[in-house]
Amino acid sequence: MSVEVRIPTILRTFTGGAKAVHGNGATLQQVLDDIEARNPGLKDRIVESETLRRFVNVYVNDEDVRFSGGLDAPTADGDVVVVLPAVAGG
Amino acid sequence: MTCLQLQKPTLVGNLRRRRGIPEIERCSDDERGLKVRMCGLTAAIAHSLTAVLKIAGEHIEAMIAHAREDHPDEACGVIVGPEGSDVPTRFVRMINADRSPTFCRFDPEEQFELYNAMSAAGEEIVVVYHSHTSTEAYPSRTDIALASEPQAHYVLVSTAVSGASDGPVSVRSYRIVDGGATEEEIDVTE
Repeated sequence: MSVEVRIPTILRTFTGGAKAVHGNGATLQQVLDDIEARNPGLKDRIVESETLRRFVNVYVNDEDVRFSGGLDAPTADGDVVVVLPAVAGG
Repeated sequence: MTCLQLQKPTLVGNLRRRRGIPEIERCSDDERGLKVRMCGLTAAIAHSLTAVLKIAGEHIEAMIAHAREDHPDEACGVIVGPEGSDVPTRFVRMINADRSPTFCRFDPEEQFELYNAMSAAGEEIVVVYHSHTSTEAYPSRTDIALASEPQAHYVLVSTAVSGASDGPVSVRSYRIVDGGATEEEIDVTE
């Protein structure tokens, strides 16, 4: 078992086209570090200066992590992480 | 129909732009000669196949209606369709979480609900639309910087002239990829 991370279209260049990758870790931060090792460059598009990028939404099991600890949000085997770039503009 | 009349000047501009060979500069220096020509040709073919938005007239009207209702704030939403089809079929109005005349952002919770619905139905975003309420229907620098749906057509509706009332609006479509916006033709189907 591991944590499934669903990758949006725009970031699939970092995963060889894969829609989802798997990683291990007890927090979102650890999971992102784990998948970064096999998908270099991916984490930088989600995290900036040790915090989530402003225009990237991340959900762990249907919960927006901005309300559950951000990068410290707990994760466990079988969890599903969804990364969704915000749809925004001016 | 108002929007059809307004699209004519846009169409002429698009056709003019498409005469050039697009994106040949993407080839690196060490790929000159035959490879460069093939790369240019491939890009030209891909460009001609994708640089058009085929969309139902009722969807155009729905975007304009939404833009007028929310004026002077920006309105935003999507038209989703079967994954990989490039056919917009299901119109979804979204909430502008910022409720602003100069910015729009999908509400993160509503966007997640949309994501779940699309995943369950095998759909993806085909059109992302939003309105400009005091400027023309051209992507702003912010629009280009934040665009993150490379498969989507970005449609801009400008209510700058008419405001919330009946009157001229402009509707234009773009591809926004790698920090650049390219206008495309709009082909209105039944």
